[in-house]
Amino acid sequence: MTTFTPMARALPARRLGLAGHEQAHGVLPLAAFDGREGRRRLIAEVTAAGLRGRGGGGFPTARKLAAVRGRRPIVVANGCEGDPLSSKDRTLLGLAPHLVLDGIQLAAHAVAATEAVLCLHEGSRARASVEGALAERRADPVPVRIVDVPPRYVASEESALVHYLTTGDARPTGKEPRPAERGVDRRPTLVDNVDTLAQLALIARQGAGTYRRTRMDLVTINGAVRQAGVLEVPPETTAAELIGYAGGPARPVQAVLMGGYGGTWLPWTAATAAGPAVGAAPGIASMHVLPASACGLAFTAKVLTHLADESARQCGPCMFGLPAIAADLTGLVAGDRHTLGRLERRLPLVTGRGACAHPDGAVRLAASALRVFGQDVTAHLRERRCTAHYGGSR
Amino acid sequence: MTKSRTLLRIDPIGCRAHGLCAEGLPELIHLDEWGYPVLRGDEVPPSLVAEARRAAAACPTLAMRLRRDPAGQ
Ligand code: SF4
Ligand code: SF4
Repeated sequence: MTTFTPMARALPARRLGLAGHEQAHGVLPLAAFDGREGRRRLIAEVTAAGLRGRGGGGFPTARKLAAVRGRRPIVVANGCEGDPLSSKDRTLLGLAPHLVLDGIQLAAHAVAATEAVLCLHEGSRARASVEGALAERRADPVPVRIVDVPPRYVASEESALVHYLTTGDARPTGKEPRPAERGVDRRPTLVDNVDTLAQLALIARQGAGTYRRTRMDLVTINGAVRQAGVLEVPPETTAAELIGYAGGPARPVQAVLMGGYGGTWLPWTAATAAGPAVGAAPGIASMHVLPASACGLAFTAKVLTHLADESARQCGPCMFGLPAIAADLTGLVAGDRHTLGRLERRLPLVTGRGACAHPDGAVRLAASALRVFGQDVTAHLRERRCTAHYGGSR
Repeated sequence: MTKSRTLLRIDPIGCRAHGLCAEGLPELIHLDEWGYPVLRGDEVPPSLVAEARRAAAACPTLAMRLRRDPAGQ
């Protein structure tokens, strides 16, 4: 029988082995969802819980589960976490590997998969923890294999993972066909982020009702806070509250970047007011806190340069657009007046024109930087100086 | 009353910036500064469907694709 542990959280203070995990959460509740009928109930439970993908896409998980149909489905757990501003997945795999592995078993059961793959970036610090956990598990019906994926940003995109597992080429292949219909080795494939799978494991134990009432989200917070790291917070937590949980600001704050490298800047004034909930921001659950002493434009130019380098270089607007935008931003920081007009023309032209969302996130970030750091844009271009270095008071 | 629509799509991976699509269908496609097609919306009006078909056939990599969407209106 399943153990009912309503307040169990995903992140323990110390790594839990199998015994500790089962003490905290109870055993893997596969028996409660036995057979085809149980499978349907499990997916219904996920629907009722309102679970959405925690890898950045935010797609309803139950719809993905229900879409997997056909012969010999396979589950791909995405633990790659390519965004440099996110470490929640690594932390989760390091501290609660069994919760993720439970989620993989439950997802495999929900889609009737016979095999599962857990993808990690090459050299991932979570590998030892996952290997140790796998060695402890004897009763899992579905075998789980760890696969190392090249440490590039887009390699962890859904179609890129499927492509890599099928051919060894880790570049995205675009929106069609959907992995649920034709994925790894042309088999129906469920690709879910490891955090999503851990949440699935909690839902299966707590039931949708309790989960909805007590749900917590894993969020990475870094930058100018006293205690950077991964926190588990209620979804309605605001940016200001999150900074409070992270020990408060380490220095005066200028702005926050919500959603990682493909995210959106928010001025500190907006974040301190009622502010949008951290769980509602698009992109991955991550917040970077920019101190008043730093230049948001220079930061953004560096991120854009990184994202341009990470392009898989197969779609023109991404391959040429991102380096051009990165160069424009770098030029803007240096005071080049021609850059602003070019950025305003180029930014709206890239979105939606790549095979994956990589360029969309980059453009979203650049556009929000121009909005939020408007005064800095003026200062850089008109006075050729950076307000941040002159003790800008914001 | 529902009519079928014709939808236009460029496969971004297949497209090699040959630019023939914009030549054949300037009403709906122009090229960005790098020579890649930018669409003016994704729906082809009935009066342009024949031209769109010719332009799609002219694309050397068959990256320009037309699709009938029977559900549309
Ligand atoms: S949009 Fe960029 S990153 Fe995505 S597949 Fe195309 S070239 Fe690669
Ligand atoms: S003709 Fe084909 S390859 Fe050339 S720009 Fe148009 S879509 Fe791209």
